[in-house]
Amino acid sequence: MSALDDGFGGYLVLALIAALAHEPWRWAGLLIGRRIDAEGEVFQWVRAVSTALVAALVARLVLFPAGALDTVPIAIRVGAFACGLGFFLLTGRRVWAAVAFGATLLAAGKLLSG
Amino acid sequence: MSLPPASESGKSSAMATPAWAAGATRPQAFLRGFVVMVETPGLVLFASALGFGALARDSGFELGHAVFLTAVFYALPGQVLLVDQFARGSAILAAAFAVSLTGIRLFPMTVTLIPLVRDDRSPRWLTLLVAHYVAVTAWVEAQRRLLPLPAHLRLLHFLGLGSALLCNTTAGTVLGFLLVGGVSAVVSAAFLFMTPLYFLTSLVATSRTAADRLAVMFGLALGPPLFLLLPGFDLLAAGVIGGTLAHRLGKHYQ
Repeated sequence: MSALDDGFGGYLVLALIAALAHEPWRWAGLLIGRRIDAEGEVFQWVRAVSTALVAALVARLVLFPAGALDTVPIAIRVGAFACGLGFFLLTGRRVWAAVAFGATLLAAGKLLSG
Repeated sequence: MSLPPASESGKSSAMATPAWAAGATRPQAFLRGFVVMVETPGLVLFASALGFGALARDSGFELGHAVFLTAVFYALPGQVLLVDQFARGSAILAAAFAVSLTGIRLFPMTVTLIPLVRDDRSPRWLTLLVAHYVAVTAWVEAQRRLLPLPAHLRLLHFLGLGSALLCNTTAGTVLGFLLVGGVSAVVSAAFLFMTPLYFLTSLVATSRTAADRLAVMFGLALGPPLFLLLPGFDLLAAGVIGGTLAHRLGKHYQ
């Protein structure tokens, strides 16, 4: 069971957590972002940091997933991911086609592996 | 006004100014962003949000709370973590701390978005809304779409993107909550799998420099070991280490 209070109390707790623990990172980014130049060195560095961070999130989502994806064997997850990426690179770099292809392979792999 | 598909067709066209931008007004720029609702990023986000809605219901959340959480967080990893913490009966402070760690990634993303949408004509408070709309999907799309646009269209285009993605993630949460159990595990797994594949292919499609490509490779390589070594701080560490290395090495290639 959820430890969250029913009704209004629950909304209040969620709003407080968002405002005190989550959203301040965006506000801090806003304050710094207003002061830097999109052509400058700092911008390029922070952009590389953001890019590496999203790529790390991708690896985590594939290797250590939550929810229903956890029930798919890791070899199928990694194989379908690599095939999806290969498909993307070899067939004209269409994001939608690669996503559809990879997800279809994953579903097929899951069905065949039982 | 014809609506061409999102410019996902090729690397070469990724940085070209889209045809619609010539002579477009700011409301048109907003609408062009809003169309993401039915394009790949919007659909992938919707599919992920279905998974979150189902998880929220399984964890004993009320529908209203789940929708409210989606709107005020607008970042699925934080939402998933918070719901999970409540389901395990964690203390509120511990849950808030864990959630705060997932939010750190929003900081560098916002830093690199704000300079792209800077314009003199828009009221300053609108940038607060821009900051709220920073999440991985919106950020990835913004990196791809904003630079080729004339500066005065960028802020409204991003607000269109963010507003549409907020609609999609909210609709996905509601539908996932109501349909829970109605979707097979195979379909749920396939939906969840779309998110990492979309993120990575979009990052590759957006990469322009050697530093961009190196950052993708370093992030992929560093993420898993750091997840095992520094759970909670893994993304931040992978971002800072991988991004800094990529930035330094990238300069040598130029």
